[in-house]
Amino acid sequence: MAKAFANSADLKAYRQQLLKTRRTETKTISICAGTGCCASGALKLVDGFHRAVRERGLEREVTVRQTGCHGFCERGPLVVLHPELTLYQRVKGADIAEIIERTIQGGEVVERLLYQDAAGHRFVREDELPFYKNQMRLILAQNGHIDPTSIDDYLAVGGYQALAKVLGKSKPEKVCETIRKSGLRGRGGGGFPAGVKWESCRAAPCPDGVRYIICNADEGDPGAFMDRSIMEGNPHSVIEGMIIGAWAIGFPGRPQGYVYIRNEYPLAVERLGIALEQARRLGLLGKNILGSGLDFDIKINKGGGAFVCGESTALMASIEGFVGEPRAKHIHTVESGLWDKPTNLNNVETWANVPLIIDKGVKWYTGIGTGDVSRDPWGGSKGTKIFALVGKVQNTGLVEVPMGTSLRRIIYDIGGGIPGGKKFKAVQTGGPSGGCLPADKLDLPVDFDALTAAGSMMGSGGMIVMDESTCMVDVARYFTHFLADESCGKCVSCREGLRQLGRILDRICAGEGRPGDLELLESLGRTIRSASLCALGQTATNPLDSTLRYFREEYREHVEDKKCRAGVCRALISFRILADKCTGCMICAKKCPEQAISGEKKKPHVIDQSKCIRCGICRDVCKFDAVVVE
Amino acid sequence: MTESQSREVTFKVDGRSLRGRQGESLLEALRRYGYQVPSLCHHEAVSPYGACRLCLVEVQKGKRRKLTTSCNYPLMEGIEVFLDTEQVVSNRRVVLQLLLAQAPAAERVRQLAAEYGVNDTPFEVEDPENRCINCGLCARVCKEVVGVEAIGFSGRGAGKRMVAPYDETAEDCIGCGACVFVCPTDCIGMSETGGIRTIERWHRKLPLKTCSVCGRHFAPTFQLNKFAEWTGLPRGHFDKCPDCR
Repeated sequence: MAKAFANSADLKAYRQQLLKTRRTETKTISICAGTGCCASGALKLVDGFHRAVRERGLEREVTVRQTGCHGFCERGPLVVLHPELTLYQRVKGADIAEIIERTIQGGEVVERLLYQDAAGHRFVREDELPFYKNQMRLILAQNGHIDPTSIDDYLAVGGYQALAKVLGKSKPEKVCETIRKSGLRGRGGGGFPAGVKWESCRAAPCPDGVRYIICNADEGDPGAFMDRSIMEGNPHSVIEGMIIGAWAIGFPGRPQGYVYIRNEYPLAVERLGIALEQARRLGLLGKNILGSGLDFDIKINKGGGAFVCGESTALMASIEGFVGEPRAKHIHTVESGLWDKPTNLNNVETWANVPLIIDKGVKWYTGIGTGDVSRDPWGGSKGTKIFALVGKVQNTGLVEVPMGTSLRRIIYDIGGGIPGGKKFKAVQTGGPSGGCLPADKLDLPVDFDALTAAGSMMGSGGMIVMDESTCMVDVARYFTHFLADESCGKCVSCREGLRQLGRILDRICAGEGRPGDLELLESLGRTIRSASLCALGQTATNPLDSTLRYFREEYREHVEDKKCRAGVCRALISFRILADKCTGCMICAKKCPEQAISGEKKKPHVIDQSKCIRCGICRDVCKFDAVVVE
Repeated sequence: MTESQSREVTFKVDGRSLRGRQGESLLEALRRYGYQVPSLCHHEAVSPYGACRLCLVEVQKGKRRKLTTSCNYPLMEGIEVFLDTEQVVSNRRVVLQLLLAQAPAAERVRQLAAEYGVNDTPFEVEDPENRCINCGLCARVCKEVVGVEAIGFSGRGAGKRMVAPYDETAEDCIGCGACVFVCPTDCIGMSETGGIRTIERWHRKLPLKTCSVCGRHFAPTFQLNKFAEWTGLPRGHFDKCPDCR
């Protein structure tokens, strides 16, 4: 690595030299080493490929690179061969020799490792896969290309160019204005215009010049991993965004940075730590960065595992060493935040957008997305948004699309639709406090304002797809319990309100619903929403409200008819064996944990309802679809 | 107090124009003018917390009108406050129903609920004996007034409880009883028998000092030793009760 850059000319010269010495003509095997692929053995593949290349004496022609998350987690571990962009999925150690000999050396494709869609069509190139082809990857663009532990990789693809462009060159006020004009809105869920926040923080009185620049990396939504993948795959993009923010918000004062990150993200913590160290060594953090006069450094603060610490004031209390409880924000944190200093907090993805905007300009950025932000930064949603697409969908993974893309395009064109020939029922956007939208909302353009108007929210970008086998009352029950457990417990309305909401829903799902329950749910929901202090309580009833709004009939069936049409709520269902379909194979009788199934070999079996605990194992094991739910 | 906090501001309450200090608690300003706003978690001696959600009011600031608790709302120039609107009262009633279900044995909760016509709760009661409403006043007084942090919240969500560390004996408790005095629902418990003061909830038992003059028990020895430490006065000063000193 080079010695510290004294100015932006040094940085440019170093990059030129890097590009000259890099072997661009070699073939590259890039292996996804995000958390998902690592869990399915990606690190062994990295070692295996290194060894195989070495053994064959191919080191000069072939580069093996471990990269961040490619996003197609459903099919990991993923291996992409450059420059052809051949994508192999679910690769195992035993495939390594064949990939090297047949593809790298022989130029052939190993058919069985290719992605195959539901119709049986095989795809060779990564960029031809519907999953990737229909995305617009700006923030995730480099994830599959660079080694996140190498700052040289980031520099080679143009990293820190945006920083060099503004530091010591653009007035800080001008940079704030650029961000405001870009229409960038907070990706952590709030959707507040980042530039407006930056300007307020910059304008806040601050006698000693200490302003805090915080990155909120406390991504706590179940099933969401956008921020984790950015930090694991391209940590320098977040750091670069924060340094630009420090210049724009805090220069000529003494800005200081924090990344508040979940301790449950060990790989992200590790890679961010490495990246910070590299940035310090090159003088991109520390004193007089690039000769601009800006002094700035970033500390990592690991969270203790509370969902509520993703709320900005709770997060700040936690950094200060106190219990993570939110406080009222009548005085905004941009005026009095961490240790009562002006504090600017943005989410990981928001920070990662900053270098892109500086680099490509407002005009380009505002060309992507919805609405018009030329006069009002609230006037639209600009840029892309990354979603963690999970649940009952063919292709789970990370999806980055322009704001305004329809749910249908995300779930069907990119996600490949619902598996197993089942029907789409709902999609929950925005994590546990998001709303569930039904099929007639599939053409809704996904942006901050459209989702809120429909009773859901952008949130941080979780997207859970549900099919007809999902009970919407059970969904509301599940998320209510999640939020009740994660409430900090300060406000009566949130702590006791969510606890009681959970109990009523428990009762309804247990077949003990009473007349008046739905009205009680609504009245309690209103108070939780309007009388609680922070966003956790204020949005906690979204799952309830949206399911009541769009799936009220299912609630009514649970309460009045004592029926669960999805066959989920055990107290409301029974399993029966269809005599004409049962072949008497006896497998259900063998697997039943309660010995509730009887019958002779090759003759129809019967379930004893008094013994049945409705676990559904008989239905799962039956090969003849003879077990039905009623 | 900073300069900006001592500045006088004008605000309106249900159309009436009033004055107060910038940044002071809206609830305290309202009470100074004689308005009755219920609350259980607030005390003027300690910082506002906003837990019980009873002191709800509607505040209009500029174009935005919203429901908020008044205890932790800092008074600002030009705000308009609306006290017992339909929205305030209906939400306060639900909060009271929730409190009745959480702490059915708390006399003060029952009284307050009755004032709002809430005599019963539609919600499930977990512990009919419970009186604690997690308002946290005891811990705030202990920390901010007494200068000790003998107790604190543990857990979160519905499992949140005010406890001595590890729910064992509160080793730092000086037995002053300030928490008992300030508790709105009388759920801490303090007694004195056989020369021992017991703070029941914190499992703290402290022997009492006998006055060297009149011979009566007057304060826990542990507390007097702390006072000697904090004030720098000789220990002998605390051998006599305040009356005999």
